[in-house]
Amino acid sequence: MRSNIVTIIKKEFAKFFGDKRLVFTTLLLPGLMIFFMYSVMGDAIKSFASVDDSYVYKVSVSNMPDSVEEDIAALDFDISDTEDFDTVKSDIMDKNTDMLIIFPEDFDVLVTNYDSSDASQIPPNIEIYYNSTSTESANAYSLMLNYLDDYESKLANRFDINNTDKAYNLASDKDMTGEIFSMMLPMLMMIFMFSGCMGIAPESIAGEKERGTIATLLATPMKRRELAIGKIISLSTLALLSGMSSFIGTMLALPQLMGFETEAMNAAVYSAADYVLLLLVILSTILIFISLISVISAFSKTVKEAATSVMPIMIIVMLVGITAMFGDGAPTNTAWYFVPVYNSVQCMIGIFSFSYYPVHIIVTLATNVVFSVAFMYVLTRMFNSEKVMFSI
Amino acid sequence: MNNEMNPQEILCVQNLMKTFSISNKQRRLEKTNQKTKIAVNDLSFTAYKGEIFGLLGPNGAGKTTTLRIISTLLRPDAGDVTVNGMSVKSDPSLIRGQIGFLTSELKLEDCFTPNYLFDFFSNLYGVEPSIRKQRQKTLFKKFGIDKFSEVKIGNLSSGMKQKVSLVISIVHDPDIIIFDEPTNGLDVLTAKVVTDFLLELRELGKSIILSTHIFNLAEKLCDRVGIIIEGKMALCGSLAGITESKPLEDIFFDIYAKTVGENV
Repeated sequence: MRSNIVTIIKKEFAKFFGDKRLVFTTLLLPGLMIFFMYSVMGDAIKSFASVDDSYVYKVSVSNMPDSVEEDIAALDFDISDTEDFDTVKSDIMDKNTDMLIIFPEDFDVLVTNYDSSDASQIPPNIEIYYNSTSTESANAYSLMLNYLDDYESKLANRFDINNTDKAYNLASDKDMTGEIFSMMLPMLMMIFMFSGCMGIAPESIAGEKERGTIATLLATPMKRRELAIGKIISLSTLALLSGMSSFIGTMLALPQLMGFETEAMNAAVYSAADYVLLLLVILSTILIFISLISVISAFSKTVKEAATSVMPIMIIVMLVGITAMFGDGAPTNTAWYFVPVYNSVQCMIGIFSFSYYPVHIIVTLATNVVFSVAFMYVLTRMFNSEKVMFSI
Repeated sequence: MNNEMNPQEILCVQNLMKTFSISNKQRRLEKTNQKTKIAVNDLSFTAYKGEIFGLLGPNGAGKTTTLRIISTLLRPDAGDVTVNGMSVKSDPSLIRGQIGFLTSELKLEDCFTPNYLFDFFSNLYGVEPSIRKQRQKTLFKKFGIDKFSEVKIGNLSSGMKQKVSLVISIVHDPDIIIFDEPTNGLDVLTAKVVTDFLLELRELGKSIILSTHIFNLAEKLCDRVGIIIEGKMALCGSLAGITESKPLEDIFFDIYAKTVGENV
């Protein structure tokens, strides 16, 4: 029995690795694509939000108060006095000027005389015009806002918060990596794994049915169970390789995408044990995906029909993956880990955020294996069914 | 072969029944309200060791269905088939190991070479590696595959593909060979190679069950024939006995007119 399973596995591998285009599009392309796409996206986001260091903001000011003049000049602003507000505003709209600041006349006096406990008084109002569609203008606005906020709090300073050079955020690189990875990776992993399985299983089962080659296999003395096991093992291994390619691409590009320096956030914070557990969860998830897609493919008459039938499941998998981004960490109730797909996502959240319980992983692995075996049994029954295999 | 005193039964088809459901679309096309179509209707016949038995009949008579049931790809609704004493119902896997089934509907994967497929199917049929090489060499040479043994199936001509399929179906040197329309789609030269090979196999003591609608072929090859019309056995016997008075084709037309009630 074992030798027939091995024969089928060898054949599936020979078929896959013999097709250079398939190897490239399934194994190399996903990882490369994700790496370049995410890196480019990360760079684009960074360059979109940042302004050249040597840039000098063009700012027009009316009634510049003495108290802030020096500080504002220190903000790298090229300041000009103006009373012609309409012209400056249209310059801002045309992105020729970055900002217009209108202080009330005698601002310093008004501020000194203002009593915040007197409800009848209206506080002096500074008007700042800017253009949010210009990165420079938006930056100048936020610099000015920060400065004025600081200035305002200095005027009535009773206490400070974190007003020294010390690092107050005690989150380590490890925590930050964990938080970002546990939010992003489970969903991405689920999608990569499912697409990997989708790219391989329908072709191997519905495709063989469509081309009439599976009938040749069914005419041999090999048991249907052996064919089902051989197919599922080989397809799962290939899907795992495809998923790994996407996973490596993501791990390498995610820090750039999220705007972190690679030194501050990297995959080295996870131990070998974490990776082994992750691999087990991934493997059991792929097993369940492959066996389910194989059953659907066996039902379908063509590869196209199989791909269409699998789409709704892909959507469910994506939705379950998204829960990682909104949930409050992995649930602690073990019952949740009996639900396939959901359990994999939650285990991955647990592993990435260093907060998993071994019992949850064990329940997840066991559940996924039980479901896969059940699907494998269904697949064997279908290989035995003349209605399914020889629809005449 | 058929004149032996006590011929050994190799295949026994008993009261075989097989019905297929008809799709709504098909019902509309055929203008019928029947939800099922009887493909094989109480069919019985016996084939003996060392003979070539031909199932004859027009298209849609039930020949292919019968061969598929014998090859255990389909299950009978009623009745039974025993191959070498084993029932298709209880021992399908054992039967598959003893027969070679060849039909144009069993395809080979385009991306593999004849060499690879010979090894692959030899593994599935459990052929010893020591025997395998010699058998491959002989068969490939006989059918002219040796020159194409490393060419992918997808790049072979359709005749060569069919030859490879034939060779693959007998990697395990089966005693019983079931052949659905052996010369369909082959040019005259390739068809001759195949028919000569069938005669050669008979000389080696193999039993062959084939289906065909080409009466000349049946006359050339078969020891005994069974004529199937609308799933029923209309006539079964030795070719010599049946064709004593008239050629096989004329006999068929007579039977067809009698059974279906239409003159041809």
